[in-house]
Amino acid sequence: MTTQLPLPTRKLEAWRYSDLDALAKVWPEVPGKRETIAVPAGESITRIIAQQAREGAVIVEDYTVTLGRDARAEFYVLNTGGQFGRITLDVTLAEGAHFEMGGAILGSGTQTLEIVTQVTHAEPGATSHQTVRSVLAGKATGSYLGKILVARDAQKTDAEQSVKAMLLDRTATANAKPELEIYADDVKCAHGATVGELDRQALFYLASRGLPPAEAKKLMLQGFIAGVFDGIEDAAEREAIEAAAIAALENLL
Amino acid sequence: MLKIENLHAEVDGKPILKGLTLSLNAGEIHAIMGPNGAGKSTLAYVLGGRPGYEVTEGSVTFTPSRPPGLEPGSRFSVAEEGSGTPDQVRGDEGEALDLLALEPHERAALGLFLGFQYPVEIPGISNVQFLREALNSQRKARGEGPLSGGEFLKVARLQADRLGFDMEMLKRPVNVGFSGGEKKRNEMVQMGIIGPRLAVLDETDSGLDIDALRVVGDGINRIMRAPDKAVLLITHYQRLLDYVQPDFVHVLSAGRIVRSGGPELALELEREGYAQVAA
Repeated sequence: MTTQLPLPTRKLEAWRYSDLDALAKVWPEVPGKRETIAVPAGESITRIIAQQAREGAVIVEDYTVTLGRDARAEFYVLNTGGQFGRITLDVTLAEGAHFEMGGAILGSGTQTLEIVTQVTHAEPGATSHQTVRSVLAGKATGSYLGKILVARDAQKTDAEQSVKAMLLDRTATANAKPELEIYADDVKCAHGATVGELDRQALFYLASRGLPPAEAKKLMLQGFIAGVFDGIEDAAEREAIEAAAIAALENLL
Repeated sequence: MLKIENLHAEVDGKPILKGLTLSLNAGEIHAIMGPNGAGKSTLAYVLGGRPGYEVTEGSVTFTPSRPPGLEPGSRFSVAEEGSGTPDQVRGDEGEALDLLALEPHERAALGLFLGFQYPVEIPGISNVQFLREALNSQRKARGEGPLSGGEFLKVARLQADRLGFDMEMLKRPVNVGFSGGEKKRNEMVQMGIIGPRLAVLDETDSGLDIDALRVVGDGINRIMRAPDKAVLLITHYQRLLDYVQPDFVHVLSAGRIVRSGGPELALELEREGYAQVAA
């Protein structure tokens, strides 16, 4: 899709960790979807986004989602392909609506992969829950930028973010940036972010039971991202995305 | 089965084991007792091959009797109590291996089991998945075919039942949210499923109440008391030895075995303390 906008710069907070050199090569013809989704009051949708673009590709997908009263949207994102893969979700919640997001960022080499969300609790009583797990090897960069905006009268908002990253090499980079902008006073906003490495003691435990190093690492990483896609109700769809994630993990080892 | 000679090992450059010599034959249970800091856990980790535990001198030779794992003749039943017959090979006739040259997972596939003092929690992975993958990795290393999910569950259920371990707990993530006692029981369930030749059990009795102690003790006897298996039981206290009768008791102090004897030595230690006996 062609964009009329100027090429973003690093000064823009939302593009601060992006691979702008890769982006410049394709600008203004940026591959990827720009989609606007409106979920009517009381209805619900589930979307599964598997970004598995070929090596070297640049892909930017933007989703603008508006949820009506008591509507529900669930997004499950596997971001693992391309040189630069960026997925943005701009979500606005009406009263009593719920937004659920489970994301896995699995990168290696010199990949830059990011998930950028902006969730606006525009009316009272809406809830959002976001879980992101990143596993990064080589010189890859994985970023999650998650902004929560709570409007003045959006009382009883309940917004939660859980972000964890695992670095397989000291040369990889993880960015986790939760951001809260709250104008109401009776709200619950929780966020937690951690960056870590594989637990050596646990790897030895697995090895002592007979698992070779690569198998032990794979199992631990599988455990690390477990749960991200649990909410997918359709078993076949869930298994398909989990299998894709496990295949991507194997590529990191 | 296991021959440790003049073993010296250090952790972070600090010498811990200082010339430890010890031999275990097939069919024997040895207890190692000793005060805190004597090097008991270091010995266990060195035998298991934990990174960071550096051997600076000495050797460890491992001679597994026959391939470990499920008993021959039955594809997925496990060792029955006292399954060994007296005329069975006592089992020091296999190939003598340089244990220290092997990776931890290779040691496991050859029949070494390390029971952890502090079993590790692994979120997101069920016990069942972990153990099935571990067992099948071992089987693969030995040139055996993998167990199917159904076959594995049969083995797992049998071991869990015998250790009073709820099957539901086997479906939960490895050790996550388990009490100290449950973790130790889980170690024994794992040992039963894996079926090792040589078990090195590092303070398997710590954190156990009296009932759990009995269950774990019975488990060790049932799984490991056989003419072709051996156990190195590392413990602080005498009480586990009420349930698992050792053939030999050794006192480890300052990185060396300072006394060896029969079961009566454990009682003497309990009565008189390490300071007295190790002096």
